[in-house]
Amino acid sequence: MRSPLLDTEGLNQCIHCGLCLEACPTYRITRLETESPRGRLHLMSAIASARIDPRESDAAVLHLDRCLACRACEAVCPSGVPYGELIEEARADIARARGTPPLGRLALWSVSRPRVLGALAALLALADRTGLRAGARRILPPRLRRLDALAPPPGRPAYQPVAVEAPRASVALLLGCVMRVSYGDVHTATARVLARLATRVVEVADQGCCGALHAHAGDNAEAVRLAKRNVAAFERSGAEAILANAAGCGAFLKSYAHLLEGDPEWAQRAAAVASRVRDINEYLAVAADGATFGELAMRVTYQDPCHLAHAQGIRAEPRALLGRVHGLELIEMADADVCCGSAGYYNLAQPDYADRLLEEKIDAILATRPDAVVTANPGCMLQLAAGLRARGKSIPVLHVVEVLERAMRSA
Amino acid sequence: MRQLQEICGDDNVFWRAEDLLVWEYDAGFDRHPPSAVAVPGSTAEVAAVVKAAHDAGTAIVPRGAGTGLSGGTIACAGAIVVSTARLRRIVAIDAAARMAVVEPGVPNVAVSAAAREVGLFFAPDPASQRISTIGGNVGTNAGGPHALRYGSMVNHVLGIEMVLPNGEIARFGGTAADLPGYDCVPLIVGSEGTLGIITKIWLRLLPLPEDIRTFVAIFPDIDRGARAASAIIAGGVVPAAMEMLDNVTIGTLNAAFDVHLPPDAGSLLLVEIEGLHEETEDWAASIERLLRKNGATDVRSAASAAERELLWKARKLGYAALARIKPNNYLHDAVVPRTRMPEVLKQVNAIAERYGYVIANMFHIGDGNLHPVLLFDARTEPIDRVMEASAEILKVAIDAGGALTGEHGIGLEKNHFMPWVFTAEDLDAMRRARDSFDPDGTMNPGKIFPGGEACADIPTERTKRVLAEGMWV
Ligand SMILES: Cc1cc2nc3c(=O)[nH]c(=O)nc-3n(C[C@H](O)[C@H](O)[C@H](O)COP(=O)(O)OP(=O)(O)OC[C@H]3O[C@@H](n4cnc5c(N)ncnc54)[C@H](O)[C@@H]3O)c2cc1C
Ligand code: SF4
Ligand code: SF4
Repeated sequence: MRSPLLDTEGLNQCIHCGLCLEACPTYRITRLETESPRGRLHLMSAIASARIDPRESDAAVLHLDRCLACRACEAVCPSGVPYGELIEEARADIARARGTPPLGRLALWSVSRPRVLGALAALLALADRTGLRAGARRILPPRLRRLDALAPPPGRPAYQPVAVEAPRASVALLLGCVMRVSYGDVHTATARVLARLATRVVEVADQGCCGALHAHAGDNAEAVRLAKRNVAAFERSGAEAILANAAGCGAFLKSYAHLLEGDPEWAQRAAAVASRVRDINEYLAVAADGATFGELAMRVTYQDPCHLAHAQGIRAEPRALLGRVHGLELIEMADADVCCGSAGYYNLAQPDYADRLLEEKIDAILATRPDAVVTANPGCMLQLAAGLRARGKSIPVLHVVEVLERAMRSA
Repeated sequence: MRQLQEICGDDNVFWRAEDLLVWEYDAGFDRHPPSAVAVPGSTAEVAAVVKAAHDAGTAIVPRGAGTGLSGGTIACAGAIVVSTARLRRIVAIDAAARMAVVEPGVPNVAVSAAAREVGLFFAPDPASQRISTIGGNVGTNAGGPHALRYGSMVNHVLGIEMVLPNGEIARFGGTAADLPGYDCVPLIVGSEGTLGIITKIWLRLLPLPEDIRTFVAIFPDIDRGARAASAIIAGGVVPAAMEMLDNVTIGTLNAAFDVHLPPDAGSLLLVEIEGLHEETEDWAASIERLLRKNGATDVRSAASAAERELLWKARKLGYAALARIKPNNYLHDAVVPRTRMPEVLKQVNAIAERYGYVIANMFHIGDGNLHPVLLFDARTEPIDRVMEASAEILKVAIDAGGALTGEHGIGLEKNHFMPWVFTAEDLDAMRRARDSFDPDGTMNPGKIFPGGEACADIPTERTKRVLAEGMWV
């Protein structure tokens, strides 16, 4: 069976030079070519040319499943191999041939339905309050315990829009799926920081999950459906800039142009919307140029989210923003831009690899003896918090905007 | 198989056809999957794997990072691949003795980084240094831009521990300056995995230079650039590195990196000098004068360490960036006497033109080590023609009194061309040297020596053989 989806042009671009190997988190922990970008591209080529039938080959599919889609390889590849797009296409191809695994299907089904997610969060909160969760933790099978450890934290306050008198600029904010339900306070912090710059967050009704998780898992149709809904919603908002404070979502919004390029009715509209998308760090670095953000005496270390550093090339901006907080000391950890192992539901699908990556990450963090860990993506926040908790550490994990907001409050 | 799994652990042994596919390549041209792969985690495991294979009569191919460009890691004849990727400890950095002791899977750049912490550096710097391993660098006697001043790997290896083809562990050379008996180290360096699997290496480190200056000189064409390079060497100052980039390469680097080189330059020289402050001051003036006198339209010097690093990054990753122009390429590695270089370059470009290939040049001009890269698209352009053009290029270099390879090795790529430069007696002597290590011929069979049957089922091998025999008159 030949693959109709895989971009052979992109695959051909790989000259097998191997320059990406040392950047790849799964290669770094295994040192195996099967778990390297070059190996995976070669396997994708073998699928594209029908040397491997994905229905038959569990081994090849496993190596592709173990990819974090962190795109560290893409960021260092001199010949410009579009790895991120290729792995998504390969996964779509495999999903078509083999179907999506049930656990993944459930997770994907829930994130694109805000009410289901909301209900889950409410249930978790209830379980927490009644002590049911703590009890369950003791008796749950390991796989579910893992799910529990990484479930979005219940009980963080919901998003509270901030009123701005005489705004100088208006922006839209992607509220997302997990973010909206579980990290409403990060949205609030974002709105407050923006308010200080006399920037108002306009309400955009009808926006929803960005579809990134679906695309990463190979469910292209659902990703396209969600993308169209968002394109229409953000068009209506008329906002000049569309901000994302979740790196994975921002990266995916920026790629809507690619996702919908084959659809004549949507291609241009998607490109127009995508060109207005900015990560919050990217936006603030320009909008708050020269401004300082008050004071916060704290020693922190910063974890680069993959979809910020590798997919969007945004590394200097968050550091520069943190540098504008008086009293804040930023200590770089080793390999800050190596994936922490979060990556969608990777935790659940590849527990062994996820744990090994997280172990190394937590070691690197602890070596900097920080008061807090700062990052800029909910998935990373969740994963790092779970990792720190598992080591018995009570070091908080904060989003960049949370740090800025706290510093501003002190000013 | 069971035995390999017992030695290395289930996770580090591969035998399924789909898994083996990812060891069928290196960065070169030839493709062939091994019959199994073992990734041992210690010298003892390497020795046990080799012993087991030896007892079973199975051939072995050592593999580092697989960045080799001459097919040295391609396994044919039912061979298994033994990867050193998990042997990556820097055992010791001895600042006083200016020496590093490392395992073979350590990437080249990691040695430099560790040495820098104590004010030393490791000189060989192949463009692949971010990932290519010390074991592989020894295997191919790797060079790099700075080989101009410091020489290639063979000048920097003091000692080697190696698992012999029968599974015994032997040690050659060492830390003392003058050991009695035969010095086998230079024989092992560049032996491309045909004598055994290297498991530990003692490396020479050098003190960091006090001052480094990097120049970029722009020329209207290749010819004038090449003549300026000759003039610099003739002038008596040996730069640490001197690289030439042609117009096609400059365009690619601009597209891939933030280097902003003049896009319409015909060629560019990247010249670096290292030494004490008072030396570099004088040399800089004399080099700049020579560059201008020989037709440089502009000479810039890197203003900061960051700018210097960016220039080198672009140069070193430039080869891979060429895939932006055409997806496939054939990178050559001929060496010619420096005096014949301008003329050989012209002939090489003429061959490419005759065949209709775009050619990119980016090479160690100071050493006369040419790297013309033929760019093509394997989906539409037959590979046989590419190889024919390549054989012609090689012939031009040999006719000018050059060598088959400057640094990438012979491997499978150029074994059939060996009779172009060596007599039957020469080759026989080399074979006997190999046989004294590997009497059964089980280490990396089919490599270096012409005429072997081990890899005859690889199509590219057949083509090259026909070309090598047909064109040599
Ligand atoms: C982008 C790019 C740039 C390059 N630039 C340069 C350059 O500037 N200069 C240069 O010289 N080369 C260059 N090369 C070629 C290549 O990187 C070198 O040949 C390098 O030394 C190979 O190292 P490796 O670890 O990848 O070895 P591999 O490719 O894995 O192996 C190379 C050879 O060494 C043998 N070998 C490997 N490990 C061992 C061991 N432990 N014991 C015994 N034998 C072993 C193998 O059998 C094989 O024959 C470049 C390659 C690329 C892709
Ligand atoms: S993906 Fe890029 S860096 Fe990696 S092997 Fe292919 S060409 Fe080289
Ligand atoms: S996306 Fe990340 S995990 Fe996947 S191959 Fe690239 S570097 Fe490795």
